[in-house]
Amino acid sequence: MIVSVSLGVSVGSVPIPLFHVLRILTSSLFHLPIPHDIDRGTVNIVMDIRFPRAVLALLVGCSLSLAGCAFQGLLKNPLADPYTLGVSSGGALGAVAVLFFGISLPFFGDYTLPIISVLTAFLTLLIVIFFARLVHRSLSVETIILAGIIFSSFLGALISLLIALTGEELRSIIGWIMGSVSMRGWPYIGLILPFFLVGFFILMMNARELNALAFGENDARAIGVNVQRHKMYVLFAASLLTGSAVAVSGTIGFVGLVIPHMARLIWGVDHRHLLPLSMGVGGAFLVLVDLLARTIISPTELPIGVLTAIIGSPVFAFIFIRSRRKEV
Amino acid sequence: MLHVENVTAGYNGKDIVHQVTFSVPKGEFFGIIGPNGSGKTTLLRSISGELSVKSGKLTVMDRPIQSFSSKERARRIAVLPQHNETAFDYSVKETVALGRYPYYEGFFKQSSKRDDEVVEMVMGETGIAQFAEQSLGNLSGGERQRVFLAKALAQEPELLLLDEPTNHLDLSYQMKLLELIKERTIDKKLTVVAILHDLNLASLYCDRLMLLNEGKCEALGTPIEVMNDANLKKVYGIPLHRHTHPRVAKPLIALMPEEKAEEQSLEHVTIETTENMMVVRSPFPLKTLSSALVGGGFNWATTFVNRHVDKNYNCSEAKQEYIRYLCANRLNITGTVGMMTAALLEDAGMKSIQNEECRVLAIVTAGTSNSVDISRSWEYAAGTMKVGTINIWVFVEGELTEEAFTQAMMTATEAKTKALALEQIIDRNSGTVATGTSTDSMCIAATQTGKKIEYAGTITPVGKWIGKAVFDALIEAIQNYKRRREEL
Repeated sequence: MIVSVSLGVSVGSVPIPLFHVLRILTSSLFHLPIPHDIDRGTVNIVMDIRFPRAVLALLVGCSLSLAGCAFQGLLKNPLADPYTLGVSSGGALGAVAVLFFGISLPFFGDYTLPIISVLTAFLTLLIVIFFARLVHRSLSVETIILAGIIFSSFLGALISLLIALTGEELRSIIGWIMGSVSMRGWPYIGLILPFFLVGFFILMMNARELNALAFGENDARAIGVNVQRHKMYVLFAASLLTGSAVAVSGTIGFVGLVIPHMARLIWGVDHRHLLPLSMGVGGAFLVLVDLLARTIISPTELPIGVLTAIIGSPVFAFIFIRSRRKEV
Repeated sequence: MLHVENVTAGYNGKDIVHQVTFSVPKGEFFGIIGPNGSGKTTLLRSISGELSVKSGKLTVMDRPIQSFSSKERARRIAVLPQHNETAFDYSVKETVALGRYPYYEGFFKQSSKRDDEVVEMVMGETGIAQFAEQSLGNLSGGERQRVFLAKALAQEPELLLLDEPTNHLDLSYQMKLLELIKERTIDKKLTVVAILHDLNLASLYCDRLMLLNEGKCEALGTPIEVMNDANLKKVYGIPLHRHTHPRVAKPLIALMPEEKAEEQSLEHVTIETTENMMVVRSPFPLKTLSSALVGGGFNWATTFVNRHVDKNYNCSEAKQEYIRYLCANRLNITGTVGMMTAALLEDAGMKSIQNEECRVLAIVTAGTSNSVDISRSWEYAAGTMKVGTINIWVFVEGELTEEAFTQAMMTATEAKTKALALEQIIDRNSGTVATGTSTDSMCIAATQTGKKIEYAGTITPVGKWIGKAVFDALIEAIQNYKRRREEL
């Protein structure tokens, strides 16, 4: 994580030596005077542009991976992640609505955006699951994903509608929809951090229950898990993480899908270890992908969501084939 | 342990289980049987607390099931479902450890030393310790089911609920799993309530059974009480036949094919006699009850062999020698009833009777040199007995019950005794009239198609003609035998 963040800060259109980056960061962290041999401009680039950007990518990556990990365990579904379930789209619709209508909840101020986003994400999640259950009581892998895709498309269409109505701000919102962590700065980190901490904490409290739920609800109930309660905790926490991540960075797909699988391959399936490890890997991963996104066709930046989708979709296909094979 | 009183339960306003009452004492293996949709699973889900009952009382260890918190309940009741799927490759140990969930306490739900001990113990007891680190996906169905049993046992339950635990398992795994659970009920007083599909498994392992039919209790009691033909026919709607297990006092259930076999006649039975062997062949299998050396007891046979041997034949391993003999003569062993005699086969007596009451064929070979009066046979010193043989074969058209088979044996024996008396066959030792010879054998064979014959006693329509046929055939055989001796 630290390595990837440092790299993320160091590499860019103005390359800054890694050593300098570390020195700037440590001195800022401990409120020491900045060493004289480092240029003021460099310090600004590091502290005001690159570092917050890397931290934001880190938090978003952590959030999405945690949420994906939780969804996969809870729904016994290796294909679940915030994006495939339509939860990201739900959050995005909420966020776009806030921007479009200029909604501001009293008392919450700037937090209106993530709060609405979280709420719409949670609502979408409940509707998707309810809908999937209507189709097929046992909530099979494909049914949930199909339901997720249906709602994703529907919500995506609504978002497009809103964008079409906005006219002038078109381009920036599209860039946001594709997912990006650029030009956000410290305030956005402030927006996502509390949600991330709460979501992470709730999930960790429910790690054992997630293990039990991975064997199915009946089984979890049989060993004494209060299924309804813990299921709601997990779904809510995952919505918190997804909604807040979407609110600050748009819809970045497939991170929540791919990362937990990688973590599982390396460290096993016990959620007590899997959750924090997925989080770490996911955070580091997104920082690196962001790095790639802004350097690969420099000076133009790719939306980060494009890259994650390019990496994620084939992996999704691969996991799908493998999980089907296992059933046969 | 478990009391169920007038329990009614169901889903979405539809009652599936109606007014069921039973109780299960500690340490009992209680089985629930019944056709699909009879409410077995609904009842089990009510007992596990997963489904709340509509009316009635359901108590576990004298407490209403709904008064337990989920963890309290899981420390007392464990459930082993039919089959279990997870999308992820948990290791065996991780899976079993989940069973300790209701015992974790505190904020972070840390496991204690005791939790680890219990996990190790149940893995040992269920024979999965060697797989501990393997992932579930690598195990066979039977092994995986043992893992889930271990997980259930890790809950240290007082009551274990099984929902068709042996589904999808092959026969040896089914037995092993149930043996394992049965042992727990005996050694550790674990109480088990199990839904079992296979009636024979249910009969074998359950102390008591409840037969459910359309959500109502049809019968309740020991397997022998519950599994009678009438109950099974009523509930399952197909003809099932109960017979007895050869080794334990439990019933076995045989499926009866619905289509009635074509009526078979004795007229296709052929008899072929060579110097050493008389072979009766039937184109279809006959059900037999016999005291024959090969294929004795109840059996199904198409070939009936009466083999002539020299009177000095060495009999120490007669059965194995006989089987070798059958093989050498290209006769199959499983479908054969085989007897032996020193009497000459050409002297055999034969009587075929066919009338409106029945069709019977009797074939008898008789060597009466060592005849015995049964009332005086105790006078023979041990080991002085010599071999003498009357072999009686009776073929009957019709479907005989097991009672009728036994009665046919009695009837034929009485006819034999009467024939010996009439022919003045004497027990040389006592000088009295003999009742048989020292090593007689008999076989009753029936087509098991056509007319149903419930009794074959001496004055029943079939019995009297069996008596007549055996009597006549034996008289003929004895006279042939006597004539030959006189000629010598």
